[in-house]
Amino acid sequence: MAKAPDAKKRGKARPGSTEGGLSQEQLLRGYRDMLLIRRFEEKAGQLYGMGLIGGFCHLYIGQEAVVVGIQMALGEGDQVITSYRDHGHMLATGMQARGVMAELTGRKDGYSRGKGGSMHMFSKERNFFGGHGIVGAQVSLGNGLAFSNWYRQTDRVCVTYFGDGAANQGQVFESFNLAALLKLPCVFVIENNKYGMGTSVDRATASRDLSKNGTPWHIPSAQVDGMDVEAVHEAAAAAVAHCRAGKGPYLLEVKTYRYRGHSMSDPGRYRTREEVQKMRTERDCIEGARHKLEGLGVEEAAIKQIDDEVKRIVQEAADFAQASPEPDAAELYTDVLLEV
Amino acid sequence: MARMTYLAAARAALAEEMRRDPLVWAVGEDLGRGGVFGQYAGLVEEFGPERISDAPISEAAILGASVGAALMGTRPVVEMRFSDFALCAVDELVNQAAKARFMFGGQGRVPLVVREPIGMWRSSAAQHSQSLEAWYAHIPGLVVACPATPADNKGLLKSAIRCDDPVVYMEHKNLWPLEGEVPEGEHLVPFGVARRVRAGGDVTIVSWSQQVHVCAEAAEALAGEGIGVDLIDLRTLWPWDRVMVLESAARTGRLLVCHEAVAVAGFGAEIAATVAEHTSAKVRRLGAPRAPVGYAPPVEDAVRVGAAAVAATARSMMGR
Ligand SMILES: Cc1ncc(C[n+]2csc(CCOP(=O)(O)OP(=O)(O)O)c2C)c(N)n1
Ligand SMILES: [Mg+2]
Repeated sequence: MAKAPDAKKRGKARPGSTEGGLSQEQLLRGYRDMLLIRRFEEKAGQLYGMGLIGGFCHLYIGQEAVVVGIQMALGEGDQVITSYRDHGHMLATGMQARGVMAELTGRKDGYSRGKGGSMHMFSKERNFFGGHGIVGAQVSLGNGLAFSNWYRQTDRVCVTYFGDGAANQGQVFESFNLAALLKLPCVFVIENNKYGMGTSVDRATASRDLSKNGTPWHIPSAQVDGMDVEAVHEAAAAAVAHCRAGKGPYLLEVKTYRYRGHSMSDPGRYRTREEVQKMRTERDCIEGARHKLEGLGVEEAAIKQIDDEVKRIVQEAADFAQASPEPDAAELYTDVLLEV
Repeated sequence: MARMTYLAAARAALAEEMRRDPLVWAVGEDLGRGGVFGQYAGLVEEFGPERISDAPISEAAILGASVGAALMGTRPVVEMRFSDFALCAVDELVNQAAKARFMFGGQGRVPLVVREPIGMWRSSAAQHSQSLEAWYAHIPGLVVACPATPADNKGLLKSAIRCDDPVVYMEHKNLWPLEGEVPEGEHLVPFGVARRVRAGGDVTIVSWSQQVHVCAEAAEALAGEGIGVDLIDLRTLWPWDRVMVLESAARTGRLLVCHEAVAVAGFGAEIAATVAEHTSAKVRRLGAPRAPVGYAPPVEDAVRVGAAAVAATARSMMGR
């Protein structure tokens, strides 16, 4: 089983780069993107509390390094598909904060014109393929995205994200076999945040190492610290290169953590406050990146500038999402096969 | 009688049946924590994790194993949380559970209850709002129950657990907090016996699940206008109470079937067709448009069949 390449063994770091192989400029970018997701999600939580967002809303706070590190290893035209916990993935692919927020508030200018909500967004332009509410459903769909890359003879790669809970769905294993059999350019990413709703990983699976779940089909894999954007990026770069070279699928198990409840109505009795607090204070990906930037001598003013920019984008998105009108009831009859 | 919610009534039914019969057990995701809606709260404390058992997110494997356990004579109650998620296990239910008794010459009995909550609930969008009862009514071998009241959620669930054939048990997510009088102890509601919600001589309205309450509201308004509604809550779609429905429709000469599910190929069509075959009553159907459920309130509301629409249809049947 291939392990994520160790940065120290890869020879000298590039000038201006940190240990994990990101240049200072890239790290700044990663910091910005993670912060954007964090602030966006905090704002979404607030709007939910105010009753402006309804139904299901699964926040990504704590897991930001996963999508940001992976997205930095992707190129234009690579596809992304995920579950209902999708806000971070969408922002990472470059979808507009205002369009995502307006979908959360169920408005006309949302990515799904208000018809999908938090769990169901899509952007052909940014190669983001949803936004799926049925646990595990996106995994076999991702194989199809990867298949069409092969079919059209492009060198594009699909990243299929799913949770530790979803990893127990039957179609995940079927998809592993199919992807390995057809050598599909697919990076499977298990976002192991330790819980599927209120069930901890060790209570849900007999597998003690999820990165080995593809072993019967010889899918190379790595286990990655998902609280460190550089580590995620480095492992993702190796995985993507493997797929792009036509060597078949790759599996990443990213160890991460969600700070908030499963969705907005989660009393959180399955874990202790201390456990959450410990991750927040000791492992936070944004704090970690900020610390590294400071170590590299990045001026406080430059970081402050990013903080301000992000704040502005999120505020603008929230204003936009409240100003945008609700869709007309007649939207029910658009994009549906045949109505009666 | 005790006053309790629709949710608590089902919990009481399960607890009573588990006390009565040690072969009754329940399985599903997050049951140990009381279930996602709290339908199992406190049960693991009383019955232990062997009988209120947590499962990984593997619907097909959960339901398939339950069919096997039922073939061995235990009586699993399988929690699927949302009828939408149960679609991951349709093969186990439709090809395996529903066929075993007939296909194996009467030897393969499957005393299984599959709980599949249905319906629109708090802006849940297209993959968490469906009412799929007609799918299962179409399958020979399955019983389909859709309780509308706390009392029925107790009595029908107890009957479902005692039934030797597979029962698709469809509670409505929006009804969990509904309160009502529930008989204590041994309260069994038989399958195929409808409930007359109110008696009237002008229009027969047939409904089930949450939509019964919408129809009751319409009937109340119509009563004020001098239109008497004979409102029938079907309770179970298979078997269904043809006797009560046909008698009523023949007497009033007007049948309106109303459900939350999509009207096209809904179970209302079956009732309307049966009534048309056996009586000279005029028939009408009301159900959702053939469109998925949207997230934004205006789009979500556009698929609801409200009391005003029910009343308007009844009026037009009366020529008013
Ligand atoms: C088929 C199916 N079963 C159950 C659910 C209910 N459900 C929604 S999210 C979830 C937990 C998934 O956990 P995981 O895959 O670890 O993802 P996370 O929420 O941690 O991101 C469950 C059980 C569902 N949506 N679909
Ligand atoms: Mg998880």
